[in-house]
Amino acid sequence: MNGTDLIAILPLIITAATSVVVLLMVAFLPGHRGLSVVTGIGLVAVLLVLPWSAALAPRQVTPLLLVDGYALFFTALISVSGLAISVLAFGYLEGRPPGEPSIRYGNFYPLLLIAIVGGIVLASANHLASLFLGFELLSVALFGLIAYPVEHRRALEAAAKYLILAGASSAFLLFGMALLFAETGTLMFSGPSQAADAGGGYLLFGYALLVVGIGFKLSLVPFHMWTPDVFEGAPAPVGALVSTISKGAVATVLLRFLIDTDAFRNEVVIDLLALAAFASMLVGNLLALLQDNLKRMLAYSSIAHFGYLLVGIVAGGAFAAEVVGYYLVAYFATMIGAFGVITVYSRGSLVDLDQRSDYQGLFYARPWLAGTLTGMLLSLAGIPLTIGFIGKYYALAAGVEAERWWLVGALLVGSAIALFYYLRWVLVLFAPPPEGRPVVAAGVGSSAVLVVLALLLVGLGVYPQPLASLLEMDVARALVP
Amino acid sequence: MSLLLFVALPVAAAVLAWLSERRGPDWPRRVALTAGALLLGHALYLWALTGTDRFIGQGDWFLELQADWFPRFGIGFHLAMDGLALLMVLLTALLGLMAVVSAWHVRERPGFFFFNLLLTLAGVFGVFLALDLFLFFFLWEAMLVPMYFLIAVWGYERRRYAALKFFLFTQASGLLMLVSIIALALVVQRETGVLTFDYFRLLEAAIGSRGTLFSAAGWIMLGFFVAFTVKLPIVPFHPWLPDAHTQAPTAASVLLAGILLKTGAYGLIRFVVPLFPAASMEFAPVAMSLGVVGILYGALLAIGQRDLKRLVAYTSVSHMGFVMLAIFAWTELALQGAVVQMIAHGLSTGALFMLVGALQERLHTRDLNAMGGLWSQVPRLAALGLFFAVASLGLPGLGNFVGEFLILLGSWPVSAGLTVTAALGLIAAAVYALLMVQRAFHGEPGSLPSPPDLGRREMTALSTLAISLIGVGLYPSPLFETAGPALTWLRDIVDLQMALARGGWP
Repeated sequence: MNGTDLIAILPLIITAATSVVVLLMVAFLPGHRGLSVVTGIGLVAVLLVLPWSAALAPRQVTPLLLVDGYALFFTALISVSGLAISVLAFGYLEGRPPGEPSIRYGNFYPLLLIAIVGGIVLASANHLASLFLGFELLSVALFGLIAYPVEHRRALEAAAKYLILAGASSAFLLFGMALLFAETGTLMFSGPSQAADAGGGYLLFGYALLVVGIGFKLSLVPFHMWTPDVFEGAPAPVGALVSTISKGAVATVLLRFLIDTDAFRNEVVIDLLALAAFASMLVGNLLALLQDNLKRMLAYSSIAHFGYLLVGIVAGGAFAAEVVGYYLVAYFATMIGAFGVITVYSRGSLVDLDQRSDYQGLFYARPWLAGTLTGMLLSLAGIPLTIGFIGKYYALAAGVEAERWWLVGALLVGSAIALFYYLRWVLVLFAPPPEGRPVVAAGVGSSAVLVVLALLLVGLGVYPQPLASLLEMDVARALVP
Repeated sequence: MSLLLFVALPVAAAVLAWLSERRGPDWPRRVALTAGALLLGHALYLWALTGTDRFIGQGDWFLELQADWFPRFGIGFHLAMDGLALLMVLLTALLGLMAVVSAWHVRERPGFFFFNLLLTLAGVFGVFLALDLFLFFFLWEAMLVPMYFLIAVWGYERRRYAALKFFLFTQASGLLMLVSIIALALVVQRETGVLTFDYFRLLEAAIGSRGTLFSAAGWIMLGFFVAFTVKLPIVPFHPWLPDAHTQAPTAASVLLAGILLKTGAYGLIRFVVPLFPAASMEFAPVAMSLGVVGILYGALLAIGQRDLKRLVAYTSVSHMGFVMLAIFAWTELALQGAVVQMIAHGLSTGALFMLVGALQERLHTRDLNAMGGLWSQVPRLAALGLFFAVASLGLPGLGNFVGEFLILLGSWPVSAGLTVTAALGLIAAAVYALLMVQRAFHGEPGSLPSPPDLGRREMTALSTLAISLIGVGLYPSPLFETAGPALTWLRDIVDLQMALARGGWP
């Protein structure tokens, strides 16, 4: 490793260093505003150094990390999302009702940064060891964040569930890796592709276990049980984190793994994923139908959305990278937006406001907030003029191109079912409001985040070409030359 | 630019209407009225220019606007206008203005109401003008959301159920169309190596000339067909219509019946048959039969309704059945008839919904059993009601008669049996129209207090529609002249492809 290598992985180094700095600040300068500002500066710095790294791409740094257009794109996406979440979290923590242990907000930011480090590692991993490393960095940090309001039973329950299931999924993942290693003698992603020609016996089993491990993290059916409880129990900004960075980064590495190991030649592996996609789209949407809790609804909707995303991944090829890119941008913006609305709305309340009754008639009390949530819900439903529609278009195009008609059919049926519950929630927002609900003003930062997300939602929904050409030229070509 | 105005002006006015609410509750409707008048003026101006040499463009297309939009997938922002599109735009502009007038007294959140109304109009204009299939779909779906809000927020007692049903039916079938659009583009890409969603280029690829019903082209055709027939609507895809039309506020009912249904018919004429002629011709007997079933079924259900608005809604199912019959007969006369029928139905049903709305505003009921004897109480309203009812039953001299007559005449050579059966619908139409007049306006006065008659605003709007309807009925040739070249162009394309299908150039 030399100096150039260090510049290539500068985003990773900066994020990690910021987490250490913030951790030290918690001990010596525990002011909330300072912590938040330093976190923000660190994440902005990551974005500023990205051009330098991009100039060096593609570059293999140690056998573990590959810095290429694909990795850098998702590094940027993860950092921006992290920034948005940290701003939302600031308003949320600041507005906690008096009487709660106030010291606690100090530890939020280092954990958030560690989760982001995990995400960046996953985006750049082309080695099973770094894949595992990223996986664990994410899981451990998330465990702490989910259990953040320690005196709330639901949060603790969610964290315990997450811990056990994350542990189990890691075990599957490790076992799968061990089998792949036994067959190929290497942990590089490029290993199994050579062994595939030899047709090793452990190989398929290894793949299957890896898919199970990853399936837990992506909450694909039938490994989805933890999702609604965790989404519901976690504080709203953490919900945004779990639903976006944690799942998105794993999807990113899954695609790279499948392409680099040439898994698309192995029909059984792809069929397994297709089956999981099929089940996720239908089950996720069906279970979301009757949820009276916004967070739980979003959880099931996120299960379905990763089903849609898998349609793109299963199609394979360079286009899969474009699908994953656009879909994740759309999904990140929308999910952070939806959780952002919950975050802003729950400011000053002892528990997060996520019940149906809390949102009844919100349009009349807080028109901008309800308007934003409406936009996010319509985007999740994939209605034109929103970014979600373009994402869904990408997934559909991939499915049609690959002629996987069962998946296309499930996507259509799933989307139709989904409309029902998204619109039901939109109707709740526009229903006659109940009397006497206190109005708490939103913070400046949180409002700004929501405004930016809403603009992004419409902007990239109406004029998708800039992002599309970036994905086509720089991201997909890095993955599939 | 002239075409962009049809999309951009309503969008701008929509935003302005919402913002202007702060200045006072009267402002949104003023903004909407101005925008509606400007749009109608612009459409009339364009109509006046046809026949002169002021238009540029290729062949029968007067105006065209093309720009890159999403080149990654060969998607362009392509708008163009031919005679068919022009007539549809005219109808949209006229009924859009009527919708604004009929919503004059919306008190609850008028800014947001007119915002949604104008956005719906922008979407419909775009649908009639879009010649890129992706753009078409984009606008097709985009117009649903504001319409959904119009029904769900300002509708009557079962508005949420109706709004949800409307959205689910149209959006789910729309997704099927999206898959068809993507599949069509990819099939063409495999043939020609170019990914494009452009209408002209897809027509040139002439995929449809080879495809029979049970080929790729046939499945793709069915995807389009289902989406358009849901919108039209035709039995068995009609259940959303009576609920949506009945529960929607008056202005939204006018838009729904007057122009949104026409987008389905327009899609069939513009896309389904020309893009997939072979499969469509093979499918035509089924489609025409569905049309005839729609005519009779709609009329029969209309006869049995107690709810006046629901009655009018079911007549739409019946009238659109004629359009379906005509489109798949695909003869010159039948197509001309379909265009006239679409316009006449828009005018007459739009007016009927305005009348029902006026009655509901005055009586607070739509129940026919509670009405009766209104002729003596509200003579102007009752007279206009009679006028539009007999227009709806197809009285000679009014627009609907011209449409239905031409459709029957044009369908006769294709299928005499179906045409005869469809003609039975005219008898049923006489029954429901006269039943409606009799129960609402004649007989003993009901128990309801005597309401005020139509005001000047309502009289002006309804007279405009009545005069237009008489115009179409007595002197329809301007419509034929405007739509004629466009329809001939479409028919030529189909003939060419059918000749190719039979092997060899004509």
